[in-house]
Amino acid sequence: MRIREPKGDRAYYIVNYSVLILFTLMVLYPLIYVFSASFSSASAIANNEVVLWPVGFTADAYKTIIQSPNLVIGFGNSVLYTVAGAVIGTALTLLAGYASSRDDLPFRRLITFFFLIPALFAGGIVPTYIVVQQLGLLDTRWAIILPGAMSVFNVIITRTFYQMNVPNEMLEAAKVDGANDFRFFFRIALPLSKPIIAVNLLFYGITQWNGWFNAFLYTTDPGLQPLQLVLRELLSQSAINPSMIGSGDVAELLRRKELFDKLKYAMIVVAMIPPLVAYPFVQKHFVKGALIGSVK
Amino acid sequence: MTTTSVRAAETTSKTRRSTKTKPRKTSLLRRMRRAWQLYVLLIPPVVFSLIFLYWPMYGLQLAFKNYNIVEGINGSPWVGMQYVSQFFHSHLFWPVIKNTLVLNIYALIALFPLPIILALLLNSLRNQRFKKAVQLITYAPYFISTVVLVGIILMLFSPTTGVVNRPITALTGNPVDFLSEGLFRHTYVWSGAWQTLGYSAIIFLAALASVDPQLHEAARVDGASIISRIWHIDLPSILPVTVTLLILNMGQMLSVGFEKVLLMQNPNNLSVSQVLDTYSFQIAFQSQIPQYSYATAIALFKAVISLILILLANWLARRVAKQGLF
Repeated sequence: MRIREPKGDRAYYIVNYSVLILFTLMVLYPLIYVFSASFSSASAIANNEVVLWPVGFTADAYKTIIQSPNLVIGFGNSVLYTVAGAVIGTALTLLAGYASSRDDLPFRRLITFFFLIPALFAGGIVPTYIVVQQLGLLDTRWAIILPGAMSVFNVIITRTFYQMNVPNEMLEAAKVDGANDFRFFFRIALPLSKPIIAVNLLFYGITQWNGWFNAFLYTTDPGLQPLQLVLRELLSQSAINPSMIGSGDVAELLRRKELFDKLKYAMIVVAMIPPLVAYPFVQKHFVKGALIGSVK
Repeated sequence: MTTTSVRAAETTSKTRRSTKTKPRKTSLLRRMRRAWQLYVLLIPPVVFSLIFLYWPMYGLQLAFKNYNIVEGINGSPWVGMQYVSQFFHSHLFWPVIKNTLVLNIYALIALFPLPIILALLLNSLRNQRFKKAVQLITYAPYFISTVVLVGIILMLFSPTTGVVNRPITALTGNPVDFLSEGLFRHTYVWSGAWQTLGYSAIIFLAALASVDPQLHEAARVDGASIISRIWHIDLPSILPVTVTLLILNMGQMLSVGFEKVLLMQNPNNLSVSQVLDTYSFQIAFQSQIPQYSYATAIALFKAVISLILILLANWLARRVAKQGLF
């Protein structure tokens, strides 16, 4: 049966589509502009010719990035921190999430609260800095990876995942067959946890990739800096600093000076791409997980 | 999947479990001994939490001590409430509190209703591909780092070279400094909208998905317009989620986005951008003589107020929306 649409509905849908299209374009435009500017010629940017698409297409900003030792080191560091942070964070989260999901674990509630309390009442920056200092981690890569390695939010999502996806019957059947808890966790629970492992890896990876503050606070060695911190320093400079982008003669420096604004755009793109590529994968699972976590 | 059905599914699975595994009468010690391998699994995350989360909590006592790097936390002398009262009497106390509250309340009032509107608009679309496309694009900025977000603001909104200032200069003759004292708050809040709106709409979309389509069908047969259906069917059904989220957001009132404020801060907007977190950070790490104890006292003040707000909000959420965080 076809129901005739009330008259007001047409107007509603026109407004609806207009608002959504407008909002989507507003979200999209800055991203496209940054991307286009990074591929435009320096003079086109200086003369305000770039509006939407690249003007005078060139990839020389990216060539500069590849040729600048500091930026390459920053990129390498970021990759390292991302991989290490993802693996360590995921391992800690799976262990905490799995064990606290088992209802035959005595003091289960207490243990859950143990993990939850720091989310409500944290020590803050200064005491954490002193801990890192006393552990002798200042100016080491561990100071960047470790202090925020595990997120309570993820532990709760992971715990809920196990409660819902690894039934007790399975555990009992395995126990009848002679499996102990280690065996059950590594042989049966873990292979069933692929979605939650993926979510954790991507979540911690994106967090580490996007992070700059730990490196900013705990390290002074430029060789340890992740890309985001290099980018932050680059952005906070209005004038050129030759040491940031390699050395050269005066004419070369002038050319580089022109490149400088472009370089910022290109750096933003480089820093932005990995999370944007990863997020469609994380999104699907994480939305579900975030919902479960938010009501728990 | 909806929040309520998740809950329901979980309760049923729990009841099923408890009937299946009969609570055998074994002593606590025996049950603990039987679960020893689970405790072994818990060792790494527990050790991590003790070192990086609980040890700093122990360090909070610095707020009441005169920290001396040689003596360490334990060896430093107690000074009681000296630093807390120093903060209360500081000429920056009220400005910092005001900035923190204004920025947060502004963000809450401006940003809370928008994801609901976005979700309602998306939910009433019949074109699923368009809906998916809008969602995919508007989520994306959520995953961009704070440095990149602030970088985009600095570049696009720059008074001299920014693309946003071009039409403004052409029309009015003067470029606008979006990070100035007068505009800092607006730039902060609305760039936050750009980044998080799409993502925040998810939870409301999920709640809307639980609305029985038959309700809408029945209303359409009765000739109800789409607007009255949204008003009378959709809105009431997401009310519980809305109330819960609103209360929980209020609980985080003082936790303004520290990194973003820090990155957007400059000497010209300090009078409106100095919040509790940045002030504490500045005293500890950016002054000539680092005053760890004073900085900790400020952070502790914030943590205590936040905790009270969170507990209050949770209590309210339980009473009003029958849902709490814990």
